[in-house]
Amino acid sequence: MDFRAYREIAWNGWWKQNPGVVQILGMCPTLAITTNIVNAVSLGLATVLVMAMSNLAVALLRNFIPYEIRIPVFILIIAALTTVVDLAMNAYLHSLYLVLGIFIPLIVTNCIVLARIEAFAAKNEPIASTLDGAMMGLGATLVLTILGAVREFVGNGTLFSGIEMVIPGAHEINVFGADYPGFLTFILPPGAFFALGCLIAGRNWLEARKLARLHANPPAAGAPETA
Amino acid sequence: MSETTIIGLSTRTAVVMTFFTAAFTAVMAFTYQATQHEIEASANEEKMKLIGEVLPGDTYDNTLLDDFVQLGPTRELGLDRGGKVYRARKAGAPAALLLEATAPDGYSGNIELIIAIKSDGSVSGVRVVAHRETPGLGDYIDPKKDKDKKSPWISQFTGLAPATLPLDQWKVKKDGGQIVSHTGATISARAVTNAVARAARYATTNHDRLFAAASGAPL
Repeated sequence: MDFRAYREIAWNGWWKQNPGVVQILGMCPTLAITTNIVNAVSLGLATVLVMAMSNLAVALLRNFIPYEIRIPVFILIIAALTTVVDLAMNAYLHSLYLVLGIFIPLIVTNCIVLARIEAFAAKNEPIASTLDGAMMGLGATLVLTILGAVREFVGNGTLFSGIEMVIPGAHEINVFGADYPGFLTFILPPGAFFALGCLIAGRNWLEARKLARLHANPPAAGAPETA
Repeated sequence: MSETTIIGLSTRTAVVMTFFTAAFTAVMAFTYQATQHEIEASANEEKMKLIGEVLPGDTYDNTLLDDFVQLGPTRELGLDRGGKVYRARKAGAPAALLLEATAPDGYSGNIELIIAIKSDGSVSGVRVVAHRETPGLGDYIDPKKDKDKKSPWISQFTGLAPATLPLDQWKVKKDGGQIVSHTGATISARAVTNAVARAARYATTNHDRLFAAASGAPL
């Protein structure tokens, strides 16, 4: 594995196979927790931690896990590592833990975690697997962050509300002033679907434009083939 | 190796499974041990912070969290499964009661409250511990979500006393009482207001009985 391969893994997680807008996996937290940036980023980073750790654990143990019972073992590993993250957050980030509540244990059933173990970590060496878990997690976090920012901005007129739970003394930004009436739909679940739909459409549009440009100006002779 | 039998296969995989279970249970047990102390400390700190908001620290001098009465199911407080009443004392004399209470008629389910009633019957403070009211609409009952940070909705209970305002006036204005609520989101406010009135009545009626009970004992 060289640098290029690692870059490919990162690009896969962030853009090409982004869990949120391309694979459309792990929708429950994506739609439910993204009412503000702080919640979204916090749950995203907890997911990154679980994904990196579980991918590493499975990659290390992959030769000892019998094929027939791999799924129970994977779930066992994910559940154990999620418990570790859950306990650690309860102990050291207590107020944030109270806000994220049930969504931390629910990382166990976030299908993107099992999907990456099955598709990647079960077949690849530990370093690449850890990187894949972390990058896929970051790709999901990116989508969570954008959704959280849009919904908080439109729905509440604020940014970073609740930041004092993570960084004591920091304050939220009140973009429109205290008189902003709010746009309730964006805080409620329909807003999540709407914002996610726009995000998926935006990414598809960018991809389509790239493809169209490639067709309009085929790469010059001698340039490396990209198809 | 001979032909795989069902028993042979299941025994082998069960052994592997058991091994993994033991290994990862050990990981969890280790983390539990390592974080247990911190978790207890932060849970207590959380509780004391909330108590500090409803009952100023200089109104009592006992160890509040250790001086409580365990209530069974109490309808007056909306407690279906019972709860705790903490007793604040100053120099040994009763100062205030800190009641856990539930408003069962919120817009979406129960609203858990903590209510501090001073020994003269007046309200020292009220806070929402847990609720599922509509974000941006009914959730102003929780001062963390209330847009008015200077005088949040729930602060109008502070200082309310049966001596100056009869208990049957402790209702939202829509019901003919004196408590202001936000237009279009009365249900959440009504639920909290009625729960506070019930708790105030309960605390006054049972004041002496609650303070006389032994600490930690069920009532």
